Amino acid sequence: MAHDLPISNESAKAWHPATTESRTARFVLIATALAFLGLFLLLPLIAVFVEAFRKGPEAYLAAFAEPDALAAIRLTLLVAAIAVPLNIVFGVVAAWAIAKFEFKGKAFLTTLIDLPFSVSPVISGLVYVLLFSSQSFLGPWLKSHGIEVLFAVPGIVLATVFVTFPFVARELIPLMQDQGTTDEEAALSLGANGWQTFWHVTLPNIKWGLLYGVLLCNARAMGEFGAVSVVSGHIRGLTNTMPLHVEILYNEYNFVAAFAVASLLALLALVTLVLKTLLELRYGAELRAAGGH
Amino acid sequence: MEVRVSGVRKEFDRFPALHDVSLDINSGELIALLGPSGSGKTTLLRLIAGLETPTDGKVFFGDEDASLKSVQERNVGFVFQHYALFRHMTVIDNVGFGLKVRPGANRPSKEEIRRRSSELLDFVQLSGLEKRYPAQLSGGQRQRVALARAMAIEPRVLLLDEPFGALDAKVRKELRRWLREIHDKTQHTTVFVTHDQDEALELADRVVVMSQGKIEQVGTPDEVYDRPNSPFVYSFIGESSSLDVSIQSGTIHLGDKALDLKSEQADGKGVLYFRPHDVELLGGSEARISGVVIASRRVGATRRVELEIDGTESRVEIEIPADHPAKVGSPLAFLPKHWRVFGKSA
Repeated sequence: MAHDLPISNESAKAWHPATTESRTARFVLIATALAFLGLFLLLPLIAVFVEAFRKGPEAYLAAFAEPDALAAIRLTLLVAAIAVPLNIVFGVVAAWAIAKFEFKGKAFLTTLIDLPFSVSPVISGLVYVLLFSSQSFLGPWLKSHGIEVLFAVPGIVLATVFVTFPFVARELIPLMQDQGTTDEEAALSLGANGWQTFWHVTLPNIKWGLLYGVLLCNARAMGEFGAVSVVSGHIRGLTNTMPLHVEILYNEYNFVAAFAVASLLALLALVTLVLKTLLELRYGAELRAAGGH
Repeated sequence: MEVRVSGVRKEFDRFPALHDVSLDINSGELIALLGPSGSGKTTLLRLIAGLETPTDGKVFFGDEDASLKSVQERNVGFVFQHYALFRHMTVIDNVGFGLKVRPGANRPSKEEIRRRSSELLDFVQLSGLEKRYPAQLSGGQRQRVALARAMAIEPRVLLLDEPFGALDAKVRKELRRWLREIHDKTQHTTVFVTHDQDEALELADRVVVMSQGKIEQVGTPDEVYDRPNSPFVYSFIGESSSLDVSIQSGTIHLGDKALDLKSEQADGKGVLYFRPHDVELLGGSEARISGVVIASRRVGATRRVELEIDGTESRVEIEIPADHPAKVGSPLAFLPKHWRVFGKSA
């Protein structure tokens, strides 16, 4: 009944909601949060671009003219182009199984999906080394068939698939659980077969959540360092992805080139953020069911 | 299409949801499955549809055993409680979905699907809304779209799960009458689930009363209302009052007093059930159920009084005319006009 009260400074001061802090407290809290964000997030981002352009735009562009840099960019795109589609398929299948069916070991499978998030990426890489190195069980057999996994592209793809597996699945599981199975049951009762039900009903229902998961999965696939570093062998021009290339350049005190390549990764992150925000603005209600990240 | 459910049992993770249920549904009949939540009515509906498979027993469509057929093969029109409309499709695409997904040989042409969907939308009085999305419709309109969509596949049986459950009271009443009209026009064999006895009694040709995974009684609305065959049906449908009594050589006794009510049941203890409005007020207290009024309220055109029965602590409610002089503290005696005694254990 605020409009019934006489509007004066007196009453405006006397009335404030229980959840509102005093002005000073609010100022301190906001300033702390902003300072923290500036110091730990914004400043490094600016630093990347400042360093990259330290010797002018020519030096910046020269960093990409180098064949090793181009090879690293090409490899990163290739790895993402293989790992992301694979994880879309795995993610949708896993989410479908978990959200729409009841079976034994479901809780275990759900936990297993989170495994790549909970172990250190270095360990994920080491697992592949143990599996495929020449002393391992599989190594000699693969070698005799002329298949190289470790210190080659297949190893990098495997490590990336492993590390980025949870993104799509985790985005979809809560969304699909929330939507339940009645839409699918309705489609089946109308005579649709399994594939038609998935294509015409399930997929349209999850498309925005799926896109969101794919975006995050792609960002991580291109940016992954730890696991890839262990399995790649750091062969210049052959098994170096962009993050690994940045490290090599940096260790060689080639700061401008290092930060130039890093700025490309930073741009990818920014584009991902913008797309993510746009998705959230447009399809917020549908994504909220998925919990978001 | 006749539907016959024969000795069906259903367990979910060893938890029984239906025990040995048998039911014959006649062709063209509108039948209601009525019961409280957890009575197994929705499970029975889903078993008929093929959305669940029975642990035991069979479902027949006509003479054909449908138990092993999938939901697609059974060709049933199922209307879900919350409609389950496809939110990314327009109203007309929703209605046409069942035709669009038919295998090549049976699939009508695009124009034909469109024409038939429009006709159905006309039939459910929604013409003009073809291009809308489900989110842009009211609850009642969504319900109509869901029904049109189910009818588009020319189903052998129409199955409706709590069709009016999510609607407000006024729309509910309108749709109830409308559904009856639709049924009379199309003559589809229709089964609907409800927990609302008014809905079941008003709408259905026959009512199946269910409780705890069993069928308690099947009958016309008049039969289940006027001649309930169990204490559950007595208390679930309409209002009922009950009193502990005993039967001694063919006469019902209330405590030591012989009442003017005869029973052919064997001697023993039992519970007398009757409708509060179906009683006759009588003078005196000999051979009557007599007591003292301890509470009295006006309910619509009549007065509802609570009596404490003489010599006991039991209380019963009966209805008396609004102009009856009885007040709190007055003695009153009556006998039920229609009643039944059920054994104590039942």
